[in-house]
Amino acid sequence: MKKLFVISLSLIVMATSGFAMRGSSGHVNILYWQAPSILNPYLSGGTKEVEAASLIIEPLARYDDSGNMVPWLAESIPTTENGGVSDDLKTITWKIKEGLVWSDGSAFTSEDVVFTYEYCTHPEGGCAQGQKFEDVVSVEAIDDLTIKVTFGVAKPFPYGPFVGFQSPIIQKVQFENCLGTAAPGCTDQNFMPIGTGPFVVTEFRPNDVISFEANANYRDPDKPAFATVTFKGGGDASAAGRAVLETGEFDYAWNLQLAPQVLQQMSEAGKGQVVSAFGPSVERIMVNMTDPSPDLGEERSTRAHPHPFLSDINVRKALSLAIDRNILNEIGYGLTGKPTCNIVPAPAIYASTANDGCLVQDIDMANQILDEAGWVRGSDGVREKDGMRLSLLYQTSTNAVRQDFQALIKQWWSQIGVETELRNLDASVFFGGDPGSPDTFQKFFADVEMYTNRFDGTDPESYFNSWKCGREPSPENGWLGVNITRYCDDTYDAKLAELAKTGDLSRRIELSKALNDQQIQEYIMIPLIHRGSVSAHSNSLGGVVLNAWDSELWNIADWYRK
Amino acid sequence: MFNYTIRRTLLAIPTLFFISLALFLLLDLAPGDPTAQLPLTIPPEVREKIRLALGLGEPFHIRFLLWLEQFFINEPLHLLTELTGVDFSGDRQRVISWQSRSPVMDIVVQRLPQTLWVVGMSYVMGTIIALPIGIISAYRQYSWFDQIGTFVSMVGFSIPTFFTGVLLIVIFSVHLGWFPSIYDTTHVVTDWGSLIVQIKQMIMPTMVLALYNAAQISRFMRASMLDNLNQDYVRTARAKGLRENVVLLVHVLRNSMIPVVTVIAIGVPTVFGGAIITEQVFKVNGLGQLLITAIQANDIPMVQTLTFIFAVLIVLFNLLADILYGILDPRIRYE
Repeated sequence: MKKLFVISLSLIVMATSGFAMRGSSGHVNILYWQAPSILNPYLSGGTKEVEAASLIIEPLARYDDSGNMVPWLAESIPTTENGGVSDDLKTITWKIKEGLVWSDGSAFTSEDVVFTYEYCTHPEGGCAQGQKFEDVVSVEAIDDLTIKVTFGVAKPFPYGPFVGFQSPIIQKVQFENCLGTAAPGCTDQNFMPIGTGPFVVTEFRPNDVISFEANANYRDPDKPAFATVTFKGGGDASAAGRAVLETGEFDYAWNLQLAPQVLQQMSEAGKGQVVSAFGPSVERIMVNMTDPSPDLGEERSTRAHPHPFLSDINVRKALSLAIDRNILNEIGYGLTGKPTCNIVPAPAIYASTANDGCLVQDIDMANQILDEAGWVRGSDGVREKDGMRLSLLYQTSTNAVRQDFQALIKQWWSQIGVETELRNLDASVFFGGDPGSPDTFQKFFADVEMYTNRFDGTDPESYFNSWKCGREPSPENGWLGVNITRYCDDTYDAKLAELAKTGDLSRRIELSKALNDQQIQEYIMIPLIHRGSVSAHSNSLGGVVLNAWDSELWNIADWYRK
Repeated sequence: MFNYTIRRTLLAIPTLFFISLALFLLLDLAPGDPTAQLPLTIPPEVREKIRLALGLGEPFHIRFLLWLEQFFINEPLHLLTELTGVDFSGDRQRVISWQSRSPVMDIVVQRLPQTLWVVGMSYVMGTIIALPIGIISAYRQYSWFDQIGTFVSMVGFSIPTFFTGVLLIVIFSVHLGWFPSIYDTTHVVTDWGSLIVQIKQMIMPTMVLALYNAAQISRFMRASMLDNLNQDYVRTARAKGLRENVVLLVHVLRNSMIPVVTVIAIGVPTVFGGAIITEQVFKVNGLGQLLITAIQANDIPMVQTLTFIFAVLIVLFNLLADILYGILDPRIRYE
């Protein structure tokens, strides 16, 4: 009897371990409706390219689905406690896992990591991930498995270089002759990078399809469960949703930003399910603190001239109060968004609760504030004071959801006596940084504008830092600034300076919340929706853990066929 | 005739040069930015470096001359190298796409098969369907067949392919599950089984486009047949006692084909241009999809090269149509 039990037990074990054998799940089809055009994330920062490359090349550490850092190619996460980060916060020392090999069988060493730094920071390279290496002075290989990164300034959060899917390690031997201006000529390298990840490229067709097979030298002998992957691109979000949820031709579809009822209808076909995850993306209205009047010529939308009426905090407050964020969310996002009153709504530890009152629309209150501030309704219902009319130009990019939002918000603002002119611009122009175009979001030749932004990783410091005084886009810097609202405040900058010197996490959280609250309570930015990423996978695909902090395909080695 | 051909060919050279200049100017003046599709988390200084690395810092005329050199000297030399195996091109810079940082012509060659298969086949199918419909519709003018033919071509003409395409997908992929809604460009035909798979994935995009093409050509055919059916030579042929078949299919058809052949010839370049919308709907990823993604990403070298190739084809097939016209109709001679 006992023997029988042992046999049956070993059979069960065999069955489950057989299930997890490399290649045992066969083939998986992934659909990205924007097709990747290159597999080198250092030459293209587009999400589609970086995520496709994440199957092949990997960073030292990455973020899991709850935003925690996990060691990936590294032994552990260096901290000040374990001595990996120096006390002056200027160096970080990474230890690589032992025995790692590239997919071609050669050893993965610290030289490859050093080379990755050299590749991206080459002065003629135009590296798309340059910001990851900001303030890095040197990257040295201490021994074969140890790397020391030195920063020019104290970095309380030294996890920029080699962490996250935008900064993976490339092989030195392969890319050695591709530095600087030679980078674009290396088509074979850029299309078929050698990596340490679970898959290797067998065929790459730019903007069309990528074929992968399991990496024979992957560090976990049982993974990946899939032997081959087809990574197809092209079409649009609704066609991608249809292919997974309705026809079942594909197993995974990325970025399904569709109307809530469309997604609902598709998932009713029963072939797959919609999954969503919330990162730090927030759809917000930015308020221009400077005068965008065309009469000012060169000085238009610069700090030389404060905005004639948006400088009045009462007006900004009334604009925010008049918006019903719940209705906006219902119409535009459904389950894939949440109304929010914060500019940093995630990770949860950084989310402030001080502003939650904004979730309730209060038109009467908004009217009262404007009345008290001396803005009187004229004969056409538009408020004025000292000959100035509350008449706004409200711009955003062309996108069905954004135009719905514009129409609704215009309606609410008209109820508080604010006249709104709407404008939408093609995304490639609006988000393009062409200094010759008057229509970019950086130039901000409008009174308010709406778009989504986020920060990389889980630490918001650099995000707050971008709204520092002096970083405004202006003619002097070729409109390359990042402080879009042109808000300048000494107390804000003082808090920022303190944050830059603080290593203690609880104090960092406190300061971050204070910075967030200042932007919100001054009504410089009017947050609307906390946006999630939405994908879909077929019912037979197991192991998918959607991650808003890293590549969506971060754990593809663990995917399997049910 | 020979002189005429030579003259027209020579005239095409300055025409094409001006087309390339106009294209370049248009693309240069059009708003847009190759870094616009990157996430906002990438700071503006980095974007500026990317732009400079792409060569956008150079003045306009330098970039244009560079493109001319790359397209007219380096690319043909590279092709020679590929064909003969002798190294003619050395390390001459080819036209490089900004998105993929790889030679544009390689991607074009990669995209040609699916475009020729799907769009080319739909053109052939459209023509095969259209000619008999046009002939019968004209011969039996105002009959029920003519009425139905007119109705179908109205439908084909006026309903956009993004509607018919999605409609077919909903019926045949979602509800019936007969055909795939996504075209597999990596599929290789090796035996009967794989041929059937290929036909299955081609059938919907081909039919959508064929309906549109057939609608156009059948109308031309019908109009041209009607013109000829009332001519004196038709009455003469009948008076001579020729059978109706011979009258219709030899005398009338041959004369009616003259304008139709020209229309068909002029339409051929659109095959190479791909079908932007239909390719997107069925994820065929041919030349049309290549062009539209390049436009969205502001990949100027790619857009410039593709549109210029289309321009060359259009000029070429217009020339061909003119010459064909002369050959088919001896009354027309260009001297």
